[in-house]
Amino acid sequence: METFFQQIINGLSLGSIYALLALGYTMVYGIIKLINFAHGDIYMLGAFWGYYVINVWHFNFISALLSAMLVGAASGVIIEYFAYRPLRRSPRITALITAIGVSFLLENGMSYLFSSNTRDFPQIIKQVNYHIGGVLISNIQILILVTACVLMVLLQLIIKKTKMGRAMRAVSVDPDAAELVGININWTISFTFALGSALAGAAGVLIGLYYNSIDPLMGMTPGIKAFVAAVLGGIGSVPGASVGGFIIGILETFVQSIGLSAYKDAVVYFVLIVILLILPAGIFGKNTKEKV
Amino acid sequence: MKANVKYNLVWLIMMVAGFYLMNTLILVGVIDSFIENMLVTIGINIILATGLNLIIGFAGQFSLGHAGFMAIGAYATAIVTQTASTPGGFYASIFIGIVISIIAALIVGVPTLRLRGDYLAIATMGASEIIRILINNMKITGGAAGMFNIPQFADWPTVYIMVCVTTIIIVNFIHSRAGRAVKSVREDEIAAEAMGINVTKWKLAAFVLGASTAAVAGSLHASYLQTIAPNDFGIMESISILIIVVLGGVGSITGTFVAAVVLGVLDTVLQNFGALRMVIYAAALILIMIFKPSGLLGTWELSIKKIFSRSKRKERVES
Amino acid sequence: MSKLLQVENLVKNFGGLTAVSNVSLHLDNNELVALIGPNGAGKTTLFNLLTGVIPASSGSIVLSGENGTYPLNGKRAYKIADMGLSRTFQNIRLFKNLSVLDNVLIAMTSKFKEGFIPTIFRFPSYYKTEARLVAEAKKLLAIFELTDDVDVLAKNLPYGTQRRLEIVRALATKPQILFLDEPAAGMNPEETANLTQLILKVQHSFHITILLIEHDMSLVMNLAQCIYVLDHGSLLAQGTPDEIQANPAVIKAYLGEEA
Ligand SMILES: Nc1ncnc2c1ncn2[C@@H]1O[C@H](COP(=O)(O)OP(=O)(O)O)[C@@H](O)[C@H]1O
Ligand SMILES: [Mg+2]
Repeated sequence: METFFQQIINGLSLGSIYALLALGYTMVYGIIKLINFAHGDIYMLGAFWGYYVINVWHFNFISALLSAMLVGAASGVIIEYFAYRPLRRSPRITALITAIGVSFLLENGMSYLFSSNTRDFPQIIKQVNYHIGGVLISNIQILILVTACVLMVLLQLIIKKTKMGRAMRAVSVDPDAAELVGININWTISFTFALGSALAGAAGVLIGLYYNSIDPLMGMTPGIKAFVAAVLGGIGSVPGASVGGFIIGILETFVQSIGLSAYKDAVVYFVLIVILLILPAGIFGKNTKEKV
Repeated sequence: MKANVKYNLVWLIMMVAGFYLMNTLILVGVIDSFIENMLVTIGINIILATGLNLIIGFAGQFSLGHAGFMAIGAYATAIVTQTASTPGGFYASIFIGIVISIIAALIVGVPTLRLRGDYLAIATMGASEIIRILINNMKITGGAAGMFNIPQFADWPTVYIMVCVTTIIIVNFIHSRAGRAVKSVREDEIAAEAMGINVTKWKLAAFVLGASTAAVAGSLHASYLQTIAPNDFGIMESISILIIVVLGGVGSITGTFVAAVVLGVLDTVLQNFGALRMVIYAAALILIMIFKPSGLLGTWELSIKKIFSRSKRKERVES
Repeated sequence: MSKLLQVENLVKNFGGLTAVSNVSLHLDNNELVALIGPNGAGKTTLFNLLTGVIPASSGSIVLSGENGTYPLNGKRAYKIADMGLSRTFQNIRLFKNLSVLDNVLIAMTSKFKEGFIPTIFRFPSYYKTEARLVAEAKKLLAIFELTDDVDVLAKNLPYGTQRRLEIVRALATKPQILFLDEPAAGMNPEETANLTQLILKVQHSFHITILLIEHDMSLVMNLAQCIYVLDHGSLLAQGTPDEIQANPAVIKAYLGEEA
């Protein structure tokens, strides 16, 4: 029972990072139907930024986190402007390949500029472990969970309560109609990228703290996992992305804890496929059948 | 009937001429082993990408799991030719790879091909990763380290002939009753079904055919390179096959050939750029997509028949 | 003798909405029947049920053939098409990026079989089958004056011609019963007149049964031998054109609305 709760705690921490990443995928997908392959690499940029400002400018955790979110947001907006905007009316598969190109560019550009070595992430917060009823939980895990949850709640508030959030929802349902009622499509899409990429930047700093190591290719695997999480939750659905992220995080830790870590990813994909067969549009996705 | 024989003859002559051209260039030393290597890689990529183009471009099913089927072929050949180290064993291994990949494609395709668009892409990607992870954890496949010293039975002529054979199969499939059925599924599933097309069957047919040619490519890859590891067949491999398809033009087999050659040459040229290589590659990819959104050739297809009828029309006008 | 198509108590619910409620009807050989009713009455849904595009919630659909009767409920659409029920769609659903000829050839797919190996390796038998197939398709296209357009992509045809091609495509499946969903929608009077002639021609030269959804009353009254009126998912009336025109309930529910 104790190990069960232990795995839940570990799974939730990992899952919250997947969830933060998955939110970016799902928002971008919701609004322009693009699998933004470069999203995982924005998270890498966030981690590198955190690494830099903590080491060189001696930022504390909060300022490192907030500035990484800004950097993430800025990169997201720039990428959208130069690489995706020209392709808005092109076949979706073209935009997908462009996104893959951007991802390669970021990964290899960073490797080229700063070498592909793995670096130790500075531990600005000293790890303290608490034993609560036989379950081990570290202050960093708590921090990650709390930060992730705060950010998710903030995001939900922005989407549901603000004018910009309303515009985002309108554009994702029908861009042409949204334009007719005076919504600035370009602005709204840029804003969506900024928001999603800010969360990725934050996730980068959090993962640096948690795993204590970063490298230019670190975005690849979590990027794909987070995308799977978004699909699992029903891509385009914000609560779906959070739930999907937690499910995958918990699933992974459990499979690992029963000694099947070699099959960790296989189990994740298997569960994904089974869920899609039962719910073809994911857990929260609307399965829109075409009217004849 | 006569005309068909003529067109097929022209294609045959072109294929034989290509073979002799390569042979001569190798004999006189224009093509060294470095370039030969590049050409073989291009050939294997052509086999992979024509199959994927059948699935994506003609059947309209977004599959992102092509590397899994390639892995099946590669490991079939590596395992079989280690014990049966003869050309016969090699060809038997190709056959075995095809059979296993067909079975795998049916297991994957029957449930997942009802999914749509990106959901299908992710499900097939997941299935392909499951195949890779299983290989990664099996004894007979050498685990994560992979397999070495695989006997080399595939040389460039083998690859050349296999490129021709698989392309003939795929192109003839596309230009037939089967191909029309498959394209109708891409265009409108509901209308196709109402016109008597068994949508599930034809989706599966395209998927299985693409998977089996991918297995052939895997066999050639293993036998030519002589070493393989599970990580050669990951998501990135599926993506690089997808890139060839999209770059050439979704729905153009000619485009797939052109893109495979362009990317193969680009990759070789970029070897001289050291660490900048992948940066330039990525930038080139982005720029090509922005300036040629429907790929290098769009849906244009090289057709001997069209060339003939065009020149005939011209003659008539001139005389 | 049993009817060609016998429909009993057909029901379709979409969540809380009953789009088709307890509809029973029958079609005879070589009969031209019209199905009318206001927008949203459930006409297209009824077509979708009869052609297997969506499954019925309950009820039965039975087709009579030479060797007995075949229940069609629960069968997939392509099977139903194979058994001789074909259709057009209210919002044209041609294979847009394929040629006119291909559109017709596709509808003949299940009628001309050719093995995988002969196809892939281009045996003489492949060319023979293909030539027969193309000849038959072209013959059909010629009847409907589409010969000049065989190589045109369906999406590049004018609207009226697209409607015509959809009828040709449906006929290419060799149906016993043809369902036409608002074939005259969006046509001008001249085109409608041409279409009327065309439908008559189809019925006579192909000896098939036609069930026709149409809002153009002159067309319906001219063509139909029998009319079913659907309203809010239920059958409101059935009878000859004269009977329907005189039926007070119909006038109230449908014709009255138009006036
Ligand atoms: N796939 C569907 N899902 C939910 N409701 C539907 C669907 N198809 C049709 N309906 C509803 O069923 C009713 C009948 O529609 P329809 O058959 O298209 O009417 P008609 O063809 O007579 O104009 C309408 O209220 C329509 O909104
Ligand atoms: Mg209707």
